[in-house]
Amino acid sequence: MNPLLEVAGLKRHFGGLWATNGVDLTVEAGEIHALIGPNGAGKTTLVHLISGGLLPDEGRLRFAGTDIARRSMHERVALGITRSYQITQVFPQLPLLENVRLAVQARQHDFGSSFRFFRPASADFSLIEEAEEWLGRVGLAEQAHVHACDLSHGEQRALELAMALATRPRLLLLDEPLAGMGPEESAHMAGLIQSLKGEQTVLLVEHDMDVVFRLADRVSVLVAGRIVASGTPDAVRADPEVRRAYLGDEVQ
Amino acid sequence: MKHRSPAGEVVLLAAAITVPWLLQAAGEDYYIGFATRMAIFALAATSLNFIVGYGGMVAFGHAAFFGLGGYVVALLMEAGIASAWLSWPAAIAVATLSALAIGALSLRTRGVYFIMITLAFAQMIYYTVVSAAFAGGEDGLPLMQRSTLAPFDLADDATLYWIALALLAASLFALQRLAGSRYGRALAGLRQNETRMEALGYPVLRLKLVCFVIGAAVAGLAGALLANQNGMASPTQLYWTQSGMLLVMVILGGVGHRYGGVLGALALLGLEEALGRVTEHSHLYVGLALLAVVLFAPRGLAGLWKGTAR
Repeated sequence: MNPLLEVAGLKRHFGGLWATNGVDLTVEAGEIHALIGPNGAGKTTLVHLISGGLLPDEGRLRFAGTDIARRSMHERVALGITRSYQITQVFPQLPLLENVRLAVQARQHDFGSSFRFFRPASADFSLIEEAEEWLGRVGLAEQAHVHACDLSHGEQRALELAMALATRPRLLLLDEPLAGMGPEESAHMAGLIQSLKGEQTVLLVEHDMDVVFRLADRVSVLVAGRIVASGTPDAVRADPEVRRAYLGDEVQ
Repeated sequence: MKHRSPAGEVVLLAAAITVPWLLQAAGEDYYIGFATRMAIFALAATSLNFIVGYGGMVAFGHAAFFGLGGYVVALLMEAGIASAWLSWPAAIAVATLSALAIGALSLRTRGVYFIMITLAFAQMIYYTVVSAAFAGGEDGLPLMQRSTLAPFDLADDATLYWIALALLAASLFALQRLAGSRYGRALAGLRQNETRMEALGYPVLRLKLVCFVIGAAVAGLAGALLANQNGMASPTQLYWTQSGMLLVMVILGGVGHRYGGVLGALALLGLEEALGRVTEHSHLYVGLALLAVVLFAPRGLAGLWKGTAR
């Protein structure tokens, strides 16, 4: 079977720095695939390249059999790639329900277009009901009418996850979903990601090794713009090159 | 998203309808033309407020569409087409097409660059028109008569006022519907977080372009009305100071408020008219009034009212 996402020889430079220097990576449908690597390894750049926030200089990028290397971000979302950001990106001055409703509305092929100019959006009950379901899924149903800016950091991250899920992606890119969270919030978010296992393909960039090795079906290690190892958590943990380049004493 | 009863609006509209009769009764027929100007500028400022306040794009070239609307009417009349049923839609069409071209290029920039590039395009249009002999050059193009709009008689000042008022009311109603529609909600999302909208899969550039074009189309219609009111299409209607004046109206009235354009146009024109009678330096006082609004009522005159939902 073909992998859902196929990255081959992907390169991107900023000035003289090759932030992505020939990345080969495959993500299979249904797996939670973790991407780890030291700071500055190029993880976020790679997420940008896959999501369409940046275009690659060289290399191949195929998603579900389609060449997406030159596609814009919104075209990639339409094909089924949605990302979350390392720095929370929500609509701060809108209620949670409207935040998620906009995500549902974005799925044009399911619900018709956003180029509808007359009928009140509040009359589209299907959109609202679905938005409520997604809020419930991440545990924010009670706060549906609170503005996003009034949420805690952890709740905003959960909201962002609900918004990403509401686009019904075939591949969900999570860029450090646990960043900046306290232990309790982290545990909640890890539980949410765990609950996606088996039903949602995820490419997870994360620093928290406990979470990565607990949740991931496969782990890829990015060092200096290149994948140095890829495999099951156990195989990666045992890989001598990974231990030398990255994990160091952490796993001893 | 509040559901308010439109009673207040209905009363105001009814009052506005009676204005020509009141003025005629008072023997102040001159002011019917002034009221018409107010309605037309309210329409133009509302169209700009849609781009600036709803779309979040500070456009500094709105005079291009406003002025082109006037020139289309004047040129068509020279060609023997006096019917508003033809020339006003043509004015809208020309404004729409130029906004498509200007917007498609300008919207790749943002912030101060967007301000400058829209200004530059508008000035290009201004200089092109002013240097074109067939458009009357610096003198503009006089209208031999007002447009005809059977069964209405636009030669009658009160009728022209009512038509302008009706178009303003219709635009405001459409704007209100639009704000609550899926498209309006998407614009609200864009104003708050463009990155997130892009990441949710919205075609951001297209959403903004449509907003820009809708605003321009309405400005074209307002321009067609103004040419009728002034009896000519004039270069000043295309000049950058006109863009500035419309922006001042929007800021004065309330950026992003449904009635921001209307309030701003009424306040600015009313102030100019009132001050013009007592002083030669009316612009100075208008400037001071604007300063006061920016300092003390940053949400504009509309922000002074309660419940200022968009």
